[in-house]
Order: sequence, then C-alpha cells, then structure tokens
Amino acid sequence: MQEKVYGYWLPIDISTHGAVVDWLINWLHVFMIALFLGWGVFFVYCLVRYRRRANPDASYDPVKGKVAKYVEYGVIVVEAVLLVGLSMPLWADFKHAFPNESEALVVRVVPEQFAWNIHYSGKDGKFGRTAPEYVSAENLLGLDPDDPAGNDDFNSINNLHIVKDRPVIAHISSKDVIHSFKIPVMRLTQDAIPGQDIRIWFEATRAGTFDIACAQLCGLGHYRMRGQLTVESEEAFQAWFDEQSGAADEEDDFSF
Amino acid sequence: MAEHEHGDHGHHEMPFWQKYVFSTDHKVIGIQYAVTALVFLFLGFCLMMMMRWQLAYPGQPMPWIGGLFGEINMPEGIMVPEFYNQLGAMHGTIMVFMGVVPLAVGGFGNYVLPLQIGAPDMAFPKLNMASYWVFVLGGIIMLASFFVPEGAAQSGWTSYPPLANIAPTGQTWWLWGMVALITSSLLGSVNFIVTTVQMRAEGLSFFRLPFFVWAQFVTAFLLLLAFPPLEAAGVMQLMDRIAGTSFFMPSGLVVTGQPLEVSGGGSPLLWQHLFWFLAHPEVYVLILPAMGIVGEIVANNTRRPLWGYRTLVYSIVFLGFMSFIVWAHHMFMTGMGTTISTFFQATTMIISIPSVIILTAFALSLHGGSIRFTVPMLFCLAFIPMFAIGGLTGLPLGLTASDLHLHDTYYVIGHFHYVVAPGTIFALFAGIYYWFPKATGRMMNDALGKLHFWSSLIFMNGVFMPMLFVGMAGVSRRLYDQTQYAYGAQVQGLTAMSSWSAWLLGLAQIFFIVNFIMSIRKGKNVESDNPWQATTLEWATPTPPPHGNFSVTPRVYRGPYEYSVPGASSDFTPQHASENGQVAQPESAPAPTPADDD
Repeated sequence: MQEKVYGYWLPIDISTHGAVVDWLINWLHVFMIALFLGWGVFFVYCLVRYRRRANPDASYDPVKGKVAKYVEYGVIVVEAVLLVGLSMPLWADFKHAFPNESEALVVRVVPEQFAWNIHYSGKDGKFGRTAPEYVSAENLLGLDPDDPAGNDDFNSINNLHIVKDRPVIAHISSKDVIHSFKIPVMRLTQDAIPGQDIRIWFEATRAGTFDIACAQLCGLGHYRMRGQLTVESEEAFQAWFDEQSGAADEEDDFSF
Repeated sequence: MAEHEHGDHGHHEMPFWQKYVFSTDHKVIGIQYAVTALVFLFLGFCLMMMMRWQLAYPGQPMPWIGGLFGEINMPEGIMVPEFYNQLGAMHGTIMVFMGVVPLAVGGFGNYVLPLQIGAPDMAFPKLNMASYWVFVLGGIIMLASFFVPEGAAQSGWTSYPPLANIAPTGQTWWLWGMVALITSSLLGSVNFIVTTVQMRAEGLSFFRLPFFVWAQFVTAFLLLLAFPPLEAAGVMQLMDRIAGTSFFMPSGLVVTGQPLEVSGGGSPLLWQHLFWFLAHPEVYVLILPAMGIVGEIVANNTRRPLWGYRTLVYSIVFLGFMSFIVWAHHMFMTGMGTTISTFFQATTMIISIPSVIILTAFALSLHGGSIRFTVPMLFCLAFIPMFAIGGLTGLPLGLTASDLHLHDTYYVIGHFHYVVAPGTIFALFAGIYYWFPKATGRMMNDALGKLHFWSSLIFMNGVFMPMLFVGMAGVSRRLYDQTQYAYGAQVQGLTAMSSWSAWLLGLAQIFFIVNFIMSIRKGKNVESDNPWQATTLEWATPTPPPHGNFSVTPRVYRGPYEYSVPGASSDFTPQHASENGQVAQPESAPAPTPADDD
C-alpha cells in the first residue's frame, strides 16, 4: 500500500532536518489555536454578558485583573523559547553545519525561464568552467569547451537525482531572473538569485520521486516550472550517473 | 437634516468646479479620496474574481464575459498566463496603493482628522488638493497601462528585478504610476503631521487626542519615512529600464538563450531591501488607521472608556518604530546567514507583542460595557478575531525554521489577506457606516448593512481559510495553474472553494453599493448632529460640516472617551462640554478656561 505523499496539511517529510520544522509548525498551530480559542471564549462571553439588554449601564472604571498580563507574558516566553530553542539552532545547522564535500553529492542548480538545469560534475568530480558567452541550445549550462574538467559534465534537465541517506550540497544560482528552488517533501526553499552562488545542503531519507517547484514568480511559465526529485539507492544512482557522464564524454569526443 | 446657523465666515459662493472638483476643503478632498479609492478597491477585486476563474477551472473558457478581453489576453475565453500575471500584479498594486491606503489615510484621515482635532481645515489645503490630484494621475497611469502593447505590469506587485527589468512596457508605466502615487502620499503625510501638531483645538493635548488621530499621526510618519526609499528605488528601476543603468542587474545574464546587453554589476537583492523597507511599514500604514477606527467605534458602542488608552498609544508608537526594522523577514530565503536572520526573527517576534496588546485592549474594553450591536460595531467586532487570525498566522512565517516550508506559499497569501481584507477593510467599512451620517446628514440602511456584514464575514473566511491549508500542502503563490504539481492537484478542491467564496463575496458587496448610493439621497435624516451620541469633536460640528467646520471654535476639557461617567447627566460627556456639562453654543458667552491636562 502506497503511503499518501500529499494531503491537506504538511506533505510527508523525507529530509533529515524536517522533523524540527514539522514539530515547530505543528506545535505553533496548537499554540495559536489555544490562544485564539481561549481569547475567543472571553470575547464571546463579553458579547453575551455585556450586550445592552443584559447590561444597560456600562461601568466607567477599567476592568482589573492580571490574566491578560500573564497571557501576554506567556506569549512572549513561548515566542522567545521557539526562537532561541528551535529556530536559531536549526537555521545555524542548515547554514553552517555543511557535510564534507568529499562525502556529499555536489550539484549546481542553474534554473532558467522555465526549467531547472542540474549540473553534475561527471566522473572526474570536477565542474567545468561556465560562462554566459558559451550558452547555446546544445550547451544550456554554458560550459567552456576548452576546459577539460567540463568534458564529462552533464546537465540533467528538470531531474535532480540524489542518493538516499547521502547528503547533497547544492550550489544555487540562476541564468536569468530570480527563481526559488522548493522541494515541499524536503522542507526546503531557497531563492535562486542571478549573480549569486548560494550553497545549501540537505539529505533524503527515503527513495522515490517527488516534485520540485519554483516558488518565486519568474514569468509566464512560472506555474509549469516543475522539476522532479529522484531519490534512489547508491547503485541505481551510480549506474545512472556513469551512463550520463560517459555519454557526455563521448559526445565531446565526437565534436572535437 | 439638522440645520445650523453658521456665520458667513467670509466665504463667498464658489463656482462648482472649485467647490466640488478642485476643492481645497479637507472634507471634499476626503470624500473624493474615499469614493475614488472605493472604485479602485472594487476594480482590484474584479481583477481577482477573474483570476479566481482560472485558478478554480484552469484552462477552461470563462463563461459570459470571457470574450470581452480580446484575442491576445483571452483567446476563445481562456486566460493566457501573461494576462493572469498582469491581473495578479495589478490586483496587489491597486488594492494596496490605490485602494486601501487612499481610503484609510486620504479618505478617513482627511475627512475625520481635522474635525476630531477641532481644526477648520488641514494646515496646507492646496498641498492637500495636490496630493489628491497626483493620486488620480497615478491611478490613471496604472489603469492606462493595461492598454499598452503587451499589457500592464506582470512581475507581481513587488516587481522584483531582473524579471521586472526585462518585462514589457507596462512595467515602465507601473513605475511612473508608482512615482505619482508615492509623491501623493508624501504630500499627504507632511500635511497630516503639521496639522496634528499645529492645529489642535485649545485644551486638546496629545493625550486627549482620539485614538484615531494618534493612529493617523503615526501612520503619517511611516509614510514620510518609508516611502522615499521606494521612490528612489522606483526611479532607479525606471533608469535601468529607460536609461541603460544597471542598479539591479548583475553581469552575465542569459535570457532565453541570449546574453543580455546590460552594463551589469548591479544587485537584484538591493531592490528587495529598498522595496521591503517601504513595504513592511506599509503593512502598518494599512493596519494602523484601521485600528484607529476600531478604537473610536468600540468606545462609542460599548459606552465606556477605551481600555488602556495610554497603553494603546504607546503600542502604536512602538509598532510604528519596530515596523522599520523587520523588513528582511520577507527575504529569509534569499540566502541569509544566521546572525542577520536571528536579528530579523527577534524583531519580528517583538513586533507581535504590541499587536497582542492592542487586541487585548479592545477585547477588555468590551468587559463591563453596554454593547450596542450597530452595523459599524459589528464590523469592528469582526475585525478583532479576523485580525487575530492574521497576526497569529504571521508567527510560523516569522521564524525561519517554519518559514523554510511556508515561504512564498499560499499560507502567506492567507496570512496577509486576513490582516488586510477581513481586518483592515472591515474596519474601513465600519468607518464608512459610522461617519456617513456626519458627511451626508443621513443614516445608511441598517438591514442592508447587516446583510452586508454577515455575508461578507462568511465569504471572507470562505476565501482565505482554505488558502492556509493550500499553503500548508506546499502550493507556491502566483501559480497560474496549481494542478501542474501533484500536491496542488490534491488540494484543488480547496482552491475552487476559495473561488466560489470570492464570487459570492463580490455579490455580497451589492448590498453595500446599493445602500451607499441610495442612502445619499434617500437615507433616514439624522435626528441630531451627534446620532451615535459620541464624545469626540467631529460630532460638535453642524451636519454636514460647512466650509470651515465649526460654528463656534471648540475648546476641549477632557479626554476622548468619557462614556458613562459616574454622576454625569447622560452616558456620554463630549470633549468640548465644559465643567458644568454645558456645550458651547454659537453666540454664547466665552467658555471657562480649559482645565489642565489630565
């Protein structure tokens, strides 16, 4: 039986960092609903109890009582705890605790209107130099033909293949306008900004295929800028990777 | 209509165009602003109702009116993505810059503020007139942009470069329009500040100002300080587009396979900083006047003083200040590091505190009151929980960890619409029902008002509540067709529900439109100048107030919300009633010296 991936609340989480995100989102909503209901009971009580018919003469003096003040302090404490205890550490982890490049799969994500170019280094593990002047219909990444490191590089359009349980380091940039690299099941959003190379990392804990979306308005095709995330075993990934890399290398040999 | 003998004040009879068109009277300008803004609000809403068809039924021809928008925009009645993006960008722009702000500040601020402080007019009446006409100019430029080749702006109301820089001509028009709208707001804000500081009636100290005046005063400072950076940014983007500069364009862009011929070296993020440095305070420009209106109406309809008046004042001043240092929470996903993100998360959490205090104060004001459920009061009562939902849903967006999933999804759309639509716009409706009798001498119809209220409340929630779930499921905002994604298709039913609610909400506004237009000519005449038995100075004028406003220069003896004072002869004691409870009449003896500040 297939577990449902998407529904009316959070989709399933296949990331290593997502548990904290989900915990925070769920408990925040419990907190919000509790506040709203508690406060709503008071509100409705006042509307009924102090309607004109039930209470023809209003009282001049302000209502005393410390409950409101304590609730206010409670809100401050909860917000401070969530910020310092959860959000900051997670962000620090996400931004700074990068896995070692030698253990991780390193890819470049270079979106354009309206597709995701995923640049893999090929078997040599080195990314070839890219520059705008080399961009063509056959060379969407703009790989420099004179750089040997780029010979076995390949571009997997709209399909990000990664390995289950192996961290991924992605360099996010953009060829044209701002896009945003979003994988709901990975609890991940990162703007792709031209002129910048932003490094992020994530790790998938489950195999399967999932949606990659663009989250920043990037033009008329924004809505169909859908990519696919393929999470697979080490063997399956390696087979695909070798095949793609070899094909790129051969193509290169033919052309020179 | 209550008739008053008021002296000639030295005003000769003015020709029609000077009295009603190019008027320098703050009341005429206020009404001009309000009516123009209401028309724009309705127009912005119509754009959205069209988008909602495409969202509910992607790729299907729009029934009845689909053929009206031309082969380019809607071939065979089916909306193309470019047109969808135009509608989206212009919906946001019209609603914020041409609808809510002009109504809240230009309309209510202009009409009510000078009356509430006992002034004969604004400090700079001609500047005031200029502000309105520059606003009209901006509005015309914006609307005209739909008719330029390739249509209006289509890069969102946020107009992020490089997309906005390479967008068709409509974007240039958008920028010219924005320059005009911003200039208009700046002219208005200076006027409000000077008027509030310089033209208060005798005895009306700062801590005797009605809460509404405080709200407008803080708002004016926000406009004055936040808009210039956006005006600068707008001019910079304009130069990028027409003069070949490259403020926001980095080097090495390749658009549709062609290297872009720009000098480069610019930064797209610079625009975002400048834009949000305005646009976050702008959120409070939308919400503060609404809170001001709610404060007035809650006090009046509970028949007791507003709870924690000084706390409320300090809260909005603090809100205004804090609103300048939270802007980058709109940019958490741009690659922000831990230190900066911590700063902006902390300020974002801190800014929630005065908001909670303000809502608490409104709720506590109900306790011990004698609540009249008038139509304006109903809208204000709904404002309180609706704004609470808007505020609470800001929490998961204000923390980076939860924002990782929710950023740029429909959850954001649901969140800020709860703040602005059933929040601010409800308060603005309340204000219209409340001050309509002062401006026209006639009451609006009660039954139609209640129908308008209940139907709007239900359908507003029907529009925005589903969005929170759609966003939670992961659906990005600004998608022409969410069913492209598996998780979008999953929640398509909720999106259709939003659409149906939006159309029904549109129908519900007919109650208001009919009521508004009918009541101008046929509404029940007010029985006195003070039909709500309120305490503030605007009710001390003749109805409607003549040019120059007050028949007798008012003096103020007390704070703004002296309702149900023990031992008083009635349950309200106007600010201008002297110690012995006498209200100064025209040609009466000079009133006693005002008491010192309380």
